Amino acid sequence: MFDSLTGRLGEVFDKLTRRGALSEADVDAALREVRVALLEADVALPVARDFVAKVREQAVGEAVVKSVTPGQMVVKIVHDALVETLGSEATEINLNAVPPVPILMVGLQGSGKTTTTAKIAKRLQDRDKKKVLMASLDTRRPAAMEQLKILGEQAEVATLPIVEGQMPVDIAKRAIQAAKLQGFDAVLLDTAGRMHVDEALMAEVAAVRDAVQPAETLLVADSLTGQDAVNVAQQFNERLSLTGIALTRVDGDGRGGAALSMRAVTGCPIKLLGIGEKLDALEAFHPDRIAGRILGMGDVVGLVEKAAETIDQQDAEKLAKKVQKGQFDLNDLLDQLRQIGKMGGLDGLMAMLPGVGQMKKQMAQANIDPKLLKRQEAIIQSMTAKERTTPKLIHASRKKRIAAGSGTSVQDVNRLLKQFKQMSGMMKKVNKLGKKGLMRQGLPGMPGLPGAPGLPPPR
Amino acid sequence: MSGDKPGLFLRLKAGLNRTATSLGDGVSALFNKRKLDHAALEDLQDLLIAADLGPAVAARVTEKLAAERFDKEISEQEVRSALSDVVVDILAPVERPLRIDAEHRPHVVLVVGVNGTGKTTTIGKIAKGLRDQGKSVVLAAGDTFRAAAIEQLEIWGERAGAIVVRREVGADPAAVAYEGLERARAEAADVLLVDTAGRLQNKADLMDELAKVVRVLGKLDGTAPHDCLLVLDATTGQNALRQVEVFGEVCDVSGLAMTKLDGTARGGVLVAVAERFGLPVHFIGVGEGIDDLQPFGARDFARAVAGL
Repeated sequence: MFDSLTGRLGEVFDKLTRRGALSEADVDAALREVRVALLEADVALPVARDFVAKVREQAVGEAVVKSVTPGQMVVKIVHDALVETLGSEATEINLNAVPPVPILMVGLQGSGKTTTTAKIAKRLQDRDKKKVLMASLDTRRPAAMEQLKILGEQAEVATLPIVEGQMPVDIAKRAIQAAKLQGFDAVLLDTAGRMHVDEALMAEVAAVRDAVQPAETLLVADSLTGQDAVNVAQQFNERLSLTGIALTRVDGDGRGGAALSMRAVTGCPIKLLGIGEKLDALEAFHPDRIAGRILGMGDVVGLVEKAAETIDQQDAEKLAKKVQKGQFDLNDLLDQLRQIGKMGGLDGLMAMLPGVGQMKKQMAQANIDPKLLKRQEAIIQSMTAKERTTPKLIHASRKKRIAAGSGTSVQDVNRLLKQFKQMSGMMKKVNKLGKKGLMRQGLPGMPGLPGAPGLPPPR
Repeated sequence: MSGDKPGLFLRLKAGLNRTATSLGDGVSALFNKRKLDHAALEDLQDLLIAADLGPAVAARVTEKLAAERFDKEISEQEVRSALSDVVVDILAPVERPLRIDAEHRPHVVLVVGVNGTGKTTTIGKIAKGLRDQGKSVVLAAGDTFRAAAIEQLEIWGERAGAIVVRREVGADPAAVAYEGLERARAEAADVLLVDTAGRLQNKADLMDELAKVVRVLGKLDGTAPHDCLLVLDATTGQNALRQVEVFGEVCDVSGLAMTKLDGTARGGVLVAVAERFGLPVHFIGVGEGIDDLQPFGARDFARAVAGL
């Protein structure tokens, strides 16, 4: 979501870092642009103002002017200020209460409460091994309760049976009661969407809060929200004492200013990000990493974590063995392509790498096709099982067939085969190095192998 | 929801009033007889940005004020009327109601937008309005993705007295739209409203799916869809511009509806959208009740925005 903000700030900082010495006027000019970039990114006006003032105060200090790379210093100050505004550390859902722990979900209409409720429930159940019950208190929107029930079935999370005509407070009490009796660890209460200025409805949700005393009251908010974000967050917070914010539609191309605004005016941590329509598309919020992404510094930690989450340990070991035996074939390449896809595709990976703001532009200019992976997948899938294990078989007529089957051209097939050849070549090299390393160290209980033909003798 | 119905203007005004107060308060705090100098103009520009009007419009308003009365003492009233004038200039050309062409039978309206803007609810309300005018309406439950979206539309169909064409969850939305059009023809209905799943405009595959809906409707009736209504959420910031742009490219958006104007959201981005795209604005949503969808009125909107 932060792409455009990243682009804008990248330009500002580029100008800044190229200069040797910085005058106060330079800093002011840069900060004016930072301010406009923030406003265009829907950061609320008072928040943008405070932010710029805070940065300015530090940036015109002696430390900056006298440092070797003043531009870099300013970037660092902006980064630190962003982290500070976004909150210094990641905060998870708080389950430190007597079970069943009630969690109340609130927000405007259409912010994504019901979907987020199901996502959080699934996360608590799958990741934290908690027994979770969901209940819909939305007695207003047609079929809202039905929606949560269906999501519960999809996520394999229990939902409270629907009783027609019950009031929200009564449903909440019934949910807590049922959870107590059935030994649930947490109860997620999804409420109807409401405007923060709708007195009657705000009173209703306050009554629910009083009745169940939730450990968490999460505001679900749309990351595409404009300047109104401050009003919404402030008023929900005043009325309900929020404990956290879940931002939705972070996978959109909004500039995410709402995240900054809401955190700044409520002081509540942003706990979770909704990053897609699927029920597992929910991420913890890491302020430092997001700040890094905003400034184009990348999110390497996030990348590694993502890899750890998506790559199956057993598969990885199997692949390692195959590589060792020199049996890496097209089936393995297909697996690899799919894994990259699962991790968000080339685009997704690139966004997490440092220095990508500029690179992304170059990529766009170089016309690197984000669908490349999909096409390569299709090419392999158009091969027979035999061709995949022994790619040597693939000659002209087979190539034609594969190209036709995958909707690509023979050149595309050639390119993939060449890439595969290079990869397996590399793997062989790695292998040899590995063996050499083993031999050099001389593993205990494993006599050094006599130098294989064609290998440089071990020194 | 309540039995008695206040007049149209009152309802509209009540809905827009909050837009007006938040912006108007800011303006009056600024310009209680004060010299209109650079600092004051900058402050005014900030205020307009804070109302989600967008930098371009904010600049235009302040430029206009500067041209006429720079360095003069200016009263709050003058600022507001100047602001209102500029906004009316931009909005008046886009004030056009959704026109149902009786020749089409059915007149096909495709309703699109990102997730959670209120597409299904808006369709329900439009259907009710059309039924009240004595028109026959068919609804096609094209949101086959979101859980219970079909049920939600069916309930609205019942309330409005419209036929709902549906298929199972996960069905091809284009197929649902096609069947909807077949059914609407068979019933000789006046209007077919096609619901679609919410989608973020940067998701290429979902936008392709939408393009397919348009293509498939065109197979039965080369002129369909006759209207493509994009539903915008008033709380959305500058991203609304992107939404209009991309949805416009994919399914040739012909008009807009803005929902959730009953909060504090100022909906100012609509002014920016109108300035840049000039698309007709058909409806504004000012509440959850079935009658809370109103035709868009430029002058009322502008006056309310300016706090007049």
